[in-house]
Amino acid sequence: MIPAAFEYHAPTSLAEATALLARLGEDAKVLSGGQSLIPLMKLRLASPPHVVDINGIPGLTGISETDDVLRIGALTRESDLEESALVRQRYPLLYETSRVIADPLVRNLATVGGNLAHADPANDHPATMLALDAEVVAAGPRGQRRIPIGSFFTGPFATALAPDEILVEVRVPVARPRSGGAYVKLERKVGDFATAAVAAQLALSPGGAVEQVGIGLTNVGLTPIKATAAEASLRGRRADDAAIREAARLAAGAAEPVEDLRGSVEYKRDLVRVLTTRALRRALARAQGGQ
Amino acid sequence: MRVQLTVNGEKHEADVEPRLLLVHFVREVLRLTGTHIGCDTTHCGACTVLMDGRPVKSCTVFTVQASGKSLMTVEGLEQDGTLHPLQESFMSEHGLQCGYCTPGMLMTGYAFLQKNPKPTEDDIRWAISGNLCRCTGYVNIVKAVQRAAATLQ
Repeated sequence: MIPAAFEYHAPTSLAEATALLARLGEDAKVLSGGQSLIPLMKLRLASPPHVVDINGIPGLTGISETDDVLRIGALTRESDLEESALVRQRYPLLYETSRVIADPLVRNLATVGGNLAHADPANDHPATMLALDAEVVAAGPRGQRRIPIGSFFTGPFATALAPDEILVEVRVPVARPRSGGAYVKLERKVGDFATAAVAAQLALSPGGAVEQVGIGLTNVGLTPIKATAAEASLRGRRADDAAIREAARLAAGAAEPVEDLRGSVEYKRDLVRVLTTRALRRALARAQGGQ
Repeated sequence: MRVQLTVNGEKHEADVEPRLLLVHFVREVLRLTGTHIGCDTTHCGACTVLMDGRPVKSCTVFTVQASGKSLMTVEGLEQDGTLHPLQESFMSEHGLQCGYCTPGMLMTGYAFLQKNPKPTEDDIRWAISGNLCRCTGYVNIVKAVQRAAATLQ
């Protein structure tokens, strides 16, 4: 399969890249890892006249932790996230997500920023970042701004980014004491999109009640879904079996799946219930100091 | 567009259309046909090559993205007429049946053993999970990687 012809641009600075995007408008697509864009171009589902490759822009990769935030450069490869000792030890939800995105070869090119900016509701990082209450940093010709992840996904394959903006960084609140997370995904085979997946993040008070909770759902709606009613049901309570069951029921209610080859609406909705239960139990065990 | 890249240690320069996929450049411009095109949809891994040491699916990379980088294809494994121990172990363990997936399996296995010289069976199965063998010959592929790991110790 051969993509339609396009003009290739390889800017070497953010200013150059955003000026290009401002000039080219909707005719341009940003190329980061290319693992979603290139397949779409080969299928001619996308035929952008201009492709702006941002891989030559310095400073967009790397993972670092400060007192209050974990910063992930937008061009950080999924395999770098997976191999980061910091992520593995302190951010189990991110680590587990990075392990189940596509396959190991795709993860060598696919980027964290691309996974978000592509805004495919079947992508895995969106639900994870919703559960973690992350922010993304957008750079445009007029400077940078932060966008809370909760207002980033505006529709299927649509985001709050302006056509001349580039996602340059993801900011995850630093892991708190007594916190833990888990990502539980059901896929038919390695490399397939999720039939459904659930990201859960919990932080407990010294007394053991749920102080902070995030639950994100993958591929059961037109956008990634934050299961807010399920979160609210847990907040301030002990996450015992009954509370987890109730939250899982509410998460299933928040799902808006459609029937496809991966299953019926009823099946997927119940799958969300089961996966939410598992994700919350695993997150809780980790918040309590287990693995 | 002008591209310059190193392939199996040799420098190459060419004029390419931006839309030329890396696998087509390797096979049709450089005539290195060891790299296969399987599914052409980023699933099967038959087209795996190493780009700056990392295995990637060359059907999902534009040649222009590889400019300035170093590539290794399956032809780069053999040195001075001697097969790489991984190639030897694919022979001795019958790690191939039809052979279509083999170049990709070799490149993924080669990069993996450099990073993880003492892998468990699970590690190997995880590492090759982006390479499909339609003959389902995975048992012997895993054995071949294990044997190569032992030989390379």
